[in-house]
Order: sequence, then structure tokens, then C-alpha cells
Amino acid sequence: MSVEALPTSLGPAGDVLALHRTALAVREHVLAIAAGPVGTHVGGSLSSVDILVALYQEVLRVRPAEPDWPDRDYFVLSKGHASAALYATLAERGFFPVAELASYGRADGRLMAHPTRAVPGVEHATGSLGHGLSFAVGLALVARRTGRPNRVFVLLGDGELQEGSVWEAAMAAAHYELDNLTAIVDRNRLQINGFTEDRMGLEPLVDKWRAFGWQASEVDGHDFGELVPALRTPPAAGAPAVLVADTVKGRGVRHLEHRKQGHFAKLGAQAYERALGALRQAA
Amino acid sequence: MPATAAPPDSDRAAYRCALLDLARRDSRIWCLDSDLGGLERQFEAELPRQYVDAGIAEANLMTMAAAVASTGLLPFANTMAAFASARALEQIKIDIAYPALPVRIVATHSGFAAAHLGPTHHAQQDLAVLRTMPNLTVLTPADVGETVRLIDAVAYLPGPVYVRLGRSPIPPVYPAGAEPAFVVGQAVELRAGDDVTIVAAGPLPVRFALDAADALAARGHAARVLNLHTIKPLDVPALVDAAERTAGLVTVEDHSLLGGLGGAVAEALAEHRPAPVRRVGIADAFCPRPGSHAEQLAAAGVSTDAVVAAALAVLTTRVSS
Repeated sequence: MSVEALPTSLGPAGDVLALHRTALAVREHVLAIAAGPVGTHVGGSLSSVDILVALYQEVLRVRPAEPDWPDRDYFVLSKGHASAALYATLAERGFFPVAELASYGRADGRLMAHPTRAVPGVEHATGSLGHGLSFAVGLALVARRTGRPNRVFVLLGDGELQEGSVWEAAMAAAHYELDNLTAIVDRNRLQINGFTEDRMGLEPLVDKWRAFGWQASEVDGHDFGELVPALRTPPAAGAPAVLVADTVKGRGVRHLEHRKQGHFAKLGAQAYERALGALRQAA
Repeated sequence: MPATAAPPDSDRAAYRCALLDLARRDSRIWCLDSDLGGLERQFEAELPRQYVDAGIAEANLMTMAAAVASTGLLPFANTMAAFASARALEQIKIDIAYPALPVRIVATHSGFAAAHLGPTHHAQQDLAVLRTMPNLTVLTPADVGETVRLIDAVAYLPGPVYVRLGRSPIPPVYPAGAEPAFVVGQAVELRAGDDVTIVAAGPLPVRFALDAADALAARGHAARVLNLHTIKPLDVPALVDAAERTAGLVTVEDHSLLGGLGGAVAEALAEHRPAPVRRVGIADAFCPRPGSHAEQLAAAGVSTDAVVAAALAVLTTRVSS
């Protein structure tokens, strides 16, 4: 689907500025978490920040004070290692205090380094790859069968697509014509060992999804002008939709971008200051 | 033919009737299938809106079931024990047990019930694996009637449940009209006796235990027989009582000697009331030859004769000590 063909549901430019401000705040939280006692998967968190912020600020119908609201839109972070970005986005949206982010990975807190349902707003425990799409399919199937209005969103890593269970779920979503389900692939092209296409190739990725019966399109994963309308528009009737979001691993911190070394980081004080400086300079 | 036309003769058939009865009364009860054959003719034909076929994809089956349960519905996820306890184990661990979602995993073909199909479809490890899953209740009924009572008893338990079933026709354990209520976590005394205790779980092991008790009675030994239908949570008081009042315990299971019913009983007694324990279970080997369920169990060391020999060994321990 082309962006031009979509209704212009994105608000005025002021909204985009607000999204950029929120995204910057989330990225700063991610770096602060990376500078904490346990570090974090910083590269894949930074690549997914704009997708998460677009979803939580502009797309998902959620009630932060009532996380279990039955008519909410569901979001499942299948690439659970991006927990820092998810927690920071949830905190910025008001699900829990921003100050709690400092407890990430600490024994006296609840912010497990892989998402856990004990955290308000977290729909399902993830971190072992290849589970989230199946969970989203189950949620979407129930909503369809019971006539509920919930939309279901799930964010997958691109390396994660190497897990076979993803394709079991993809088959089921198309079979059950789950047009209330939108998957997003954070296509940052890197996994721990290197570039996906060098390690275990995924291309032609859009064709794979289409062959599985999905409505597949590509989107710039860092452009709110593309992301928000693409996410707001429900799938056309009869099939689930997937957005393959072109992203940059480590996005926002120039010296971490496109680098497999940025997959996980535990930043010392100096590295943190350098990263924060790079982030603010780019913003 | 209506599902309930003929009385079911296997725990699998009894379960399917019980599930349909439950689902007729409560639309929150869903049946998630994985191409098992039969549920589509029975459950789906009558209640299609409460039925989902995941196809031959057990990993997806389990995670979808978790999601269905998270919305407040009560899904029964159907597969074979071999696939529940191995192929889809991570999905059970992370998606069902970790969040303690009320999924009822119902697994047929447990132990050697798949018989001639051999080790690909045997599940001699499911109890060992699944009883280490936090939050999971692990159950195995002994006959058709107990299967129905079990399903009714667990339908509304708050957490996840694993139900271990077989496949073939099985004889009744309880006399008609004398069936006890099914209480999760409470062993059923099938025979009273103070010489030795036989603890069994599942249709054939319980049958072997009862036959062994008869054989022992003929020799003048009164064997207590416990049907330990709940592997987790374990009925420790019943085991401690058996250890205190009888010479020792024999465990009988359609499962590996390692880590199953015998392992659970030995662990509990080692801590709470050390006593002689002899385990009758599947030797630590894959089944090498085809054959019937009972033939394969006998070849692997599980039979009435093996239970009698183990009980006599326990009784000898008492005499010599």
C-alpha cells in the first residue's frame, strides 16, 4: 500500500514534533538503562523506538490507568530483548512512573530484562524468539470470534524470522483471515553474528509474507509521516497485514548505528556520556 | 452418530465426551485441535465457534491457547504427550506455565500407549519434564469414569493443567456406583492393607497394581494400593502415612524410571519419611521392538509380575531389618 493512498489521519506537524520529542526521551531512557547495572540490548531497542512511540502515542487504543481494559488494542513485543525501549515507551505513555525505569534489572524492582506481565502494559512475557506472533494470532482470533473491536499489533525482529514457529503462526493468521492483526518487522538487517543476509538470509522477505497470504508492504521505520498512517490503517478485509519497517540498528547514536557490536551494551560512565552526546547532537 | 451415543471405552473417548458436555454448558470452553482426528467430527461439528484447528503445528497451538486463555476463555489444547512434552515444551514453559494461564493441555498417547508406532510417538519423559514446570498441575486418570470426573474437576481451576491420557480401551478400576469424588492432589486408596503399599498412576499401572495386590493376597500379604492420579501437587501426607504404616512402597508407572511418579515419591519420602522404595517403570532405553502397549511395557520392566517381585523385595527388607 502506498502512503499517498491512505487517508491523511496524521495530525498536524505539531504531532510529529511531539513524537520526535517522545522518541528522543525514550532513546535517552534506553541509554540510561544501558548504563545501568545489567546493560541492555541497545541496538535493537534503538531501532524499534520510533515504531513503539508511533504505536503508543498515536495508534493504540489503550488506557494506561486501566491496562486490562477489555476493548484495548493489544501490542505484543515479540522481540522481547527490546524491553528497554518498550518499558521506556510505556512509562512515557503513563503506564508507570518514568522514575521506575532506574530499577531495570534490579532485584528490588519488577522490570525483568525480558518483558514480564508483572509490568503494567506488558501483554505477554517474551524474550525467547518466535512466540509473539502466535500469541498475537490467538488474541486476534478471539477478538474476531467474539465480535470484539480490538486490533492486535506485534513487533518482530528480523533475525527472529529465522524461528520456524513464526511461520506456523503466519500460516494460521492467514488461514483464519485475521484482518484485525498487524505485524511489524523491525528490519534492521543485523543479528548478533552479523548481517542477516550473511548469516541466514531472509530475502525476498516481502514476497515470503505475501506467499503466506499476508498483505505486505514496506515502510520507513523511522519516519513518523509514514509510520503513523501505515499503522493506523487497518488491514484490508480478509487477511492480516505486515509492515516490513526499514530501520537502523542503534538508530540515533551515530557510532552504534549499523554495527553488530551495538547489539548489547553495558555502558560505562564515559561511553554513556559519549552516546548521550551523539544522540542529542543528531536530534 | 452422536458423540454420546455409545459409552466411551477409552480415556481419550471419555475425555472428548466430557469436554463437549462442558462446552455445551459454557461457551468459554474452547477446544484447540492439532489435526488429531475425531475432534473435528465431534466437537467442531457441534460447536464450531468454540473450536480452532491449529493444524500440525504444536508450538503455535500452545501459544495460541495461552493467548486465548489470557482473554478470559478456557481453552483445552489437544495434542499427543510426545509433542506436548518435547516439541512444544518451550511454549508450555514460557507462554502457559510462566504466566500461569488457565490452559488445559490434554495429551493422549502417553507413555507407551502409541505402542507399535515406537519411540517417535512414545512419551516416557513427559512427567519428568512437566512436573518441573512451576504453576502446572499434572494429572493422569486411571479409568474412563475417573477421566470424566477429572475433567469436570479441573475445568475451572485457576492455573494451567496437564492431563495425561492414553489411547486404547481400558477396564474400569472402580466398581459401578462406588466411584469417589475426584479431588486434585488427593490420592485414592483402592485397597486397604498394612504390609506393603503399591502406588500407581494411569490405567495399566493401576491395573498391574490391583492384580499384584491379588497375587500378594494369595501369598498372605495385604497390599495397600494408592491411585496417585495427581503427580503434582503430590499427596505427601498419603505417602508419609504409607511409609509409616507399611513396610515400604512400590511405585508403578507407564513412564521412565527416571523422574516420574517413582522419582516424585522417592524425593518426597527421602525428605519427609525415609522408607524402602522400589520403582517399577520403563527402563532407561528406547523401545526397540513393535508390539502391544502391555507387551512393550513388560519388555521394558513394567508388568504385574514386576510389581509383585518389587513388593516381595520390600517385604523382605522389613523382615531383614
